[in-house]
Amino acid sequence: MSTLPVLKPADFASDQDVRWCPGCGDYSILAQMKKVLPELGFPREKTVFISGIGCSSRFPYYMNTYGMHSIHGRAPAFATGLKTTRPELMVWVITGDGDALSIGGNHFIHALRRNLDINIVLFNNRIYGLTKGQYSPTSVEGQVTKSTPMGSIDHPLSPLSVALAAEATFVARSIDAHVKHLGETLKRAASHKGASLVEVYQNCNVFNDGAMAYAQERKQRADNVVELEHGKPLVFANGTKGIRLVGTHLEIVNTSEVPADDLLIHDEKDPNPSIHMMMARMSYPAMPEPIGVLRAVEGIPTYDDQINDQVATATEAKGAGDLDALFSSGDTWTVE
Amino acid sequence: MASLKTSKDVQSVSGITVRLAGDSGDGMQLLGTQLTNTSALAGNDVATFPDFPAEIRAPRGTRAGVSGFQVQFASEEIFTPGDTLDALVVMNPAAMVTNLDDLRHGGILIANEDGFNEKEFKLAKVESNPLDANVLEETYRIIKVPMTKLTREAVSEFGLGTKVADRCKNFFAMGLVYWLFGRSLDPTLRFIQAKFSKKPDIAAANEAALRAGWAFGETTEAFGESYQVEAAELKPGTYRNIMGNQALAWGLIAASKVSNKDLFYGTYPITPASDILHELTKYKHFGVKTFQAEDEIAAVCSTIGAAFGGSMAVTASSGPGIALKAEGMGLGMILELPMIIINVQRGGPSTGLPTKTEQSDLLQGMYGRNGEAPLPVLAPRSPADCFDIAVEAWRLAVECMVPVMILSDGYIANGSEPCKIPTMSGINPINISHPEGTEDSAPFMPYGRNEHLARPWAIPGTPGLMHRVGGLEKEDGSGNVSYDPANHQHMTNMRAAKVAKIADRIPKQDISGPATGDVLVVSWGGTYGACHTAASRCRADGHSVSHAHLRYLNPMPSNIGELLRSFKKVIVAELNSGQLRLLLRAEYLVDCIGVNKVQGKPFTVTELVSAIEQQSDAAKGDSRLKAS
Repeated sequence: MSTLPVLKPADFASDQDVRWCPGCGDYSILAQMKKVLPELGFPREKTVFISGIGCSSRFPYYMNTYGMHSIHGRAPAFATGLKTTRPELMVWVITGDGDALSIGGNHFIHALRRNLDINIVLFNNRIYGLTKGQYSPTSVEGQVTKSTPMGSIDHPLSPLSVALAAEATFVARSIDAHVKHLGETLKRAASHKGASLVEVYQNCNVFNDGAMAYAQERKQRADNVVELEHGKPLVFANGTKGIRLVGTHLEIVNTSEVPADDLLIHDEKDPNPSIHMMMARMSYPAMPEPIGVLRAVEGIPTYDDQINDQVATATEAKGAGDLDALFSSGDTWTVE
Repeated sequence: MASLKTSKDVQSVSGITVRLAGDSGDGMQLLGTQLTNTSALAGNDVATFPDFPAEIRAPRGTRAGVSGFQVQFASEEIFTPGDTLDALVVMNPAAMVTNLDDLRHGGILIANEDGFNEKEFKLAKVESNPLDANVLEETYRIIKVPMTKLTREAVSEFGLGTKVADRCKNFFAMGLVYWLFGRSLDPTLRFIQAKFSKKPDIAAANEAALRAGWAFGETTEAFGESYQVEAAELKPGTYRNIMGNQALAWGLIAASKVSNKDLFYGTYPITPASDILHELTKYKHFGVKTFQAEDEIAAVCSTIGAAFGGSMAVTASSGPGIALKAEGMGLGMILELPMIIINVQRGGPSTGLPTKTEQSDLLQGMYGRNGEAPLPVLAPRSPADCFDIAVEAWRLAVECMVPVMILSDGYIANGSEPCKIPTMSGINPINISHPEGTEDSAPFMPYGRNEHLARPWAIPGTPGLMHRVGGLEKEDGSGNVSYDPANHQHMTNMRAAKVAKIADRIPKQDISGPATGDVLVVSWGGTYGACHTAASRCRADGHSVSHAHLRYLNPMPSNIGELLRSFKKVIVAELNSGQLRLLLRAEYLVDCIGVNKVQGKPFTVTELVSAIEQQSDAAKGDSRLKAS
């Protein structure tokens, strides 16, 4: 086997000027992606980025791989057609909160529940950026935006909860400014066999600056974020606080006041998504918010494998199809 | 199995049109399909028109729940399922009152007497037994048969429940119809054995009912004679009967094989297109992958994704679903990727008439996308033609790197006709080449052009050709995003020219009849048979009439304008309010007279003949005026 050329982040940069606003969180995600891909050792030409519409969806233009900037909300559907016919490709879907959860909610759910082997990266800035500042499905209640002068009355949707409800096999969250964590999370998603969702808290410094500062800013992060690790207890605030499961609720405890055994131990491999769902529902300011891998269940058949397996099974059972035989099957008659 | 022979007199006729009508649960579609296949196997030419309600089980016994199947079989070439009926079989009063008007005077009415009772009269909203009307006896030959009772007797030995036994009565009716028209029972007996192989008692009961129906015809005094339709003189060859959607599915697989591609079919269930999915999904061993998407939009988008990956990608729907696919079609167009989009048209607008035929999506097919987004549009003219159209659509799609739209319709999709069995060696190969590259290739031009103005189909996985496509306007050549005004004008013109240039490579429009004359009938899609028959009939009656039937709607063949100008009157016959007429008048500045109908039903030959005669007379009048 020939060895793959060793690639650097720069090899993954296209020759196009990046046109996001200065200071946008998207830059960090782009940088981490370029850093992570060479580490995966996967051929560039077999890597495809498919996006919908929105600021984040310009992403494929900036990657020197194959790419498609498609239609608002529909990127998972394009990915389905591509991955089922070309299972050897590594397919990434780049989307945003409006793209994936509003106009594209349907496709988002179905790609996840089918367990198509793709990686979905959802840039969540809780605002519509490209259309200049309307509220999004993840905007908080009461948020004043261009389209909600008296405050939003919509209850926000959590992408993690939606993904878990669809029983996605890999569900994670990271933060644009937490670069090391982001890189590791993207890598985990890439190596998962099956549908992966990574929600990335991404700051829109023009229309929704600081909306997630509680998690993005280093100083605040420790108190407001739980970094999940498989097999480890849920702790935050530099280990002084933890999460305990009481009945059907999670509560915050001081680690000095409870036995270590009382803390909830994270099990990302649990096929039952109920506890993962409880974690996904932890939200600021009442609770710290989880980042990292909430769920990673391996060994579930992927959609693309199954669709190809059926073709292989049918061909094995019936032999490769003979069209002339098909055309002449059933009742026929001959005119002399 | 030796065929049964009648001992009664046999009268030879050149053709028969029969309609079988009953409740939607009565198995009329099955009966019709069997009669059609049996007649085709007997060497007749056949044409069919199934007509059923949109509801799966419409309220039993009501007029809305009536399901019908009309078939014409003949010893000469025919192109329509016939206008007026020689025979009508009705299973209940609702079927009788909704269909009797189409039975010709002197025609045979066969009624399942047992289906005519007070309860059924109420459901059908008739005040008294329609079979008792005095006028009937004078107008038609009425044969009342207690089918339910006779069927129960025939199957009694199998010990089935009444409900199950009664379900066999369509086979009794079938047996009777077979006797009346001298059809062999053998093909249907084979069908019963295959269909009910796992339920031998049901198979035996259906066979018994079929034979009992035949025996009833042979013994009853109601029928003095039966009718025989000799084999038609078809061109030598091996034939089979084929339905439109089936032919479309087979054509798609054939196209994939002659182009060395695997077929990806992304779709969402919708009447009357779903049968294409049902057919294709049986053929996974031909490399066919079917994807039942979460909605119409996902269906077209998955298709584009598969096309990007280098597969032969196809999506299909009917009008409302095509409306949902509009944005996707526009993207496919600007991405310049090959694919096929099939619209099996039905009555619209909105949900409209799901199970009825119409041709009202022509303008949607031509223009139903945002921006300037012309696509090639093809339309099959008959069930068997769907096969050829599918292959042709894929050939044009890859030659031009463009999505191609096929406009079929409910009439073609569910209709069937005998066709000469195609052979793979008879289909021209479709050569596809994907550019190859290396890591150090010169900068790749994903929007470079060949002589057909097509760009290269470089697929993911190819080293050195990494590129990005998308819905934002692209710079010609490099494919980079471009907002340059002159480039947008250039690309818009380029994409239109690419489609327009197809006219140079497709056959010139042919016509039946003389090249000049009084009247030219122009038609497209499923109305071919009726228009062809009407024009031929008028010509035989001495009128100067020709017929041009368009299979290429965009671009149209290059000689259309000249053709239109060679006749005094141009009639455009279509099952919409004048969409092709609008296109012809706009493009060629020739006045056209519309013959239009939107009743969810095909044209009858009679109504077309009368429209042609009217224009023929008018053309003669115009000549006289000029002469004086």
